[in-house]
Amino acid sequence: MNAIILSAAFGVVMMLCSFLIKNKSNFRHIASVALLILLIGNIADTYGYTFFAIDTHGMLQFNRFGLLFNSIAIGSTLLYVLLTGKEIENAGMHVAEYFTLILFVLCGVTLLSAYNNLLTLFLGIEIMSIPLYILTGSDKRNMKSNEAALKYFLMGSFSTGLMLMGIALTYGGTGTFSLEVVRNAPNMYKGLVSFLEILGLLFLLVSMAFKVSAAPFHFWTPDVYDGAPSVFTSFMATIVKAAGFIAFIKLCAVRMAETESVVDWKMIYAIIIVATLLVGNITAVFQQSVKRMLAYSSIAQAGFMLFTLISLNDMAYEGILLYSAAYSLATIGIFAVLVKMKDYTFDGYNGLAKTQPVLAATNTVFLLSLSGIPLTAGFFAKYYMLAAVVKTGNYTWLVITGVLFAAVSVYYYFRVIQAMYFKEGNAETTTIVPSFKYGLIALAAIIILLGIFPTLLLRWLYF
Amino acid sequence: MIALFLILLPLIGGLATFFAKSNSGAKNISLFVSLLTLLLVIAGISGIFGSSLNFYDSAWITPLGARFTIGLDGMSKMLCLLTAISFPVVFGVVYNNKYPQPASFFGLMLLLQTGLMGVFMATDCLLFYFFWELALIPAYFLCSIWGGDKRIKVTFKFFIYTFIGSLLMLVGILYIYFKTPDHSFALTSFYKIKLSAAEENFAFLLFFIAFAIKMPVFPFHTWQPDTYEQAPTPVTMILSGVMVKMGLFAVLRWLVPVFPAASTHFSHIIILLSVIGMVYASLIAIRQDDLKRLIAYSSIAHIGLMCAAIFSAQQIGIEGVMIQMFNHGINVIGLWIVAEVIETQLGTRKLSELGGLASKAPALAIILVVMALANIALPLTNAFVGEFMMFNGLFRYNVWMAAVAGISIILAAVYTLNMIQKIFYGETTVVTDGAIDLAMGTKIILVVLVVLVLALGIYPQPILQLTSDTVAAVFSKFHS
Repeated sequence: MNAIILSAAFGVVMMLCSFLIKNKSNFRHIASVALLILLIGNIADTYGYTFFAIDTHGMLQFNRFGLLFNSIAIGSTLLYVLLTGKEIENAGMHVAEYFTLILFVLCGVTLLSAYNNLLTLFLGIEIMSIPLYILTGSDKRNMKSNEAALKYFLMGSFSTGLMLMGIALTYGGTGTFSLEVVRNAPNMYKGLVSFLEILGLLFLLVSMAFKVSAAPFHFWTPDVYDGAPSVFTSFMATIVKAAGFIAFIKLCAVRMAETESVVDWKMIYAIIIVATLLVGNITAVFQQSVKRMLAYSSIAQAGFMLFTLISLNDMAYEGILLYSAAYSLATIGIFAVLVKMKDYTFDGYNGLAKTQPVLAATNTVFLLSLSGIPLTAGFFAKYYMLAAVVKTGNYTWLVITGVLFAAVSVYYYFRVIQAMYFKEGNAETTTIVPSFKYGLIALAAIIILLGIFPTLLLRWLYF
Repeated sequence: MIALFLILLPLIGGLATFFAKSNSGAKNISLFVSLLTLLLVIAGISGIFGSSLNFYDSAWITPLGARFTIGLDGMSKMLCLLTAISFPVVFGVVYNNKYPQPASFFGLMLLLQTGLMGVFMATDCLLFYFFWELALIPAYFLCSIWGGDKRIKVTFKFFIYTFIGSLLMLVGILYIYFKTPDHSFALTSFYKIKLSAAEENFAFLLFFIAFAIKMPVFPFHTWQPDTYEQAPTPVTMILSGVMVKMGLFAVLRWLVPVFPAASTHFSHIIILLSVIGMVYASLIAIRQDDLKRLIAYSSIAHIGLMCAAIFSAQQIGIEGVMIQMFNHGINVIGLWIVAEVIETQLGTRKLSELGGLASKAPALAIILVVMALANIALPLTNAFVGEFMMFNGLFRYNVWMAAVAGISIILAAVYTLNMIQKIFYGETTVVTDGAIDLAMGTKIILVVLVVLVLALGIYPQPILQLTSDTVAAVFSKFHS
């Protein structure tokens, strides 16, 4: 509860700051402090210190899993603001608003990690998405940014429509908005799974697949990620996306699982996973721009995160948290370097190791993590995902498909490494301040630390 | 503790080397660290500090059942010794070479050694997987930065190939892990699993592909000649001398004992592939004009024989593999050193451009002849004992396979003698006119290797004794 209220409150405070404080560079310090307080508030919540006692009548339900996810999301946002705050300032005119919107997005994220009712799910998704539409279009004078924002908005609204339709249909089928349906309660169908409910769930599945950019509902992703200012792409591709997964998984674990006897949901998930891995990985191979490659790679990584839907066991829940953290941290790092580059193509990275050895070395760590090489957090993230599925004893073919696509992903991640280290060139960057380098080194250190001891993060689920 | 230091020493040394300011600083640190490691391995093998120091165990990721467990048994001792000998030899040979960014070069070399040592000592499967990959990353950077013209493409092929193998192995590891009674990655737990025939065959294949790519066994070998050719020669020495042993080692430690029934089930096809690979690689080697490619193909043929001998499931064959793993390492490094000397001195590796070197560089000629004769397993050289035992094992398994494999011995003589003839005899060419003999340092290193070749050829007993425990364990698993 702390995080929801605080993030909304800080959002409003930030908004007020925009006309109270004139100096632009103060905003990011205020935002950092706000995020830090938010993080502390959320950790306090984890240990039972709730500042706000509000009865939500079961519409929200807080558990260790959701709260730990909040901490990961807020922590990643904090690192994101610390690393790229300077770039956010340069993204456009209205600096304070950007931080406000980021805080509002976090409010949506924290709602999604705690929803227990289809209405709160809808609310969370919308609170999260609407600020993003604005952030995508924040580079007002850039046509690409405008196009991306409009595209995102239209597609997003469409999927929201589907979601509402789905919620309405399931309501018709079960007589409740609550996530968990008491099947023996006196409702219209007396515990039977009705056709309406199944149809509604299918609609919900499609709209959630849209939000996490799973194939075949991924078409908006590359254009939006490419068109949006790079700093905001970084945020959208990481924290927001991970939150979408948390919501998706909860929906599947409860609602879809209840109707497993009628529909073979797992087979549908498996098809979505294979399609997502295929589209994301194969298309990423052919990209010339690192930014666009990262957009497709985010689709590919989504394919891996979707493995959770198949397994849905303890290991999968631990895995999705680790995956969210590993993927978010690495992607934030890569984008932090990307925004400093003058040329976003692969060739633009040529010879970066000579001109900026620290950037190149840390970027290598991030890329290795995304490819899932041991000693980085990304390895254990993939490990947990695969292990959770193997543990169920079925779908071994899916695991093998997954690892083969992971090998494909090495191809495009390593192209960046090749450009930085093995190719001759003079990679141009904007000015790099020492504190930025230290930030990158710290981020790389966290990734390696989690790559050796993943339990450093996961133990918080239990203690 | 010795086991732990065998990993920590090259690791810390490697990291320290990255910060070395000067060329000679990097060289000296790495040479010193590698010599220290060698001393430590010898101490571990001789057991002068007590053999309990050869094992180390500590908690790692407890919820997963993974522990940081390393230890030196017979086979590990032998391969760690090979690794520990190889690195100072390589550092010694390239001591006078100039590399751009020497600190990174030598740092990565030591990190490579860390990975190799870890692979040979790990007795926890997840840890083994960690080191297996860790050995790959420095090799990737070493080949891609300091290699030949086509280095980026070729090394990337090598990386992707082995990475696909590793990932399949990871699935296999997970598969077995959930079948272990106590959900643990420990080697002993892996040895206890009970699987149905279908499950065992499936998991066997997942592991085998990874190891087959690493060794490499035909038809997974296509990355190898290109990589050996393009990699900087010191790295090629490690790749072919030590790193290919990772595959053979893994088969003996993680494949055959874990899946004995599947190993017997697939033995016929694997031996067939190995034998095809031997003859095929030898035939291609005859046609090679590039010295490095020639040695690369000859290496495929030798590895093929070792792989076939393992799956022949004969005690004498497996004993032969143990001897040959060590000896092949020594011999092939010797050959690479000669190739390196010729290339740095004359600027070419093409056999057609060389000739008449024997009169210009008699010491080099003598040493190459000894190494080459060891390569074709002439009696008195170290390789003879191993190959004889391996052929013996193969013969007991199937006469026809042994007969076909035997062709490769003849072919080996053809390409090796042809190579000697083209390099050392005949008229001197424009290129070889100005050749001079070996430098003193290189000469000493090569003489040490020659002594090893002859000594182990006459008296191979030490290696047999060292690895007898592993041989017995593997052999008993095969027939359980």
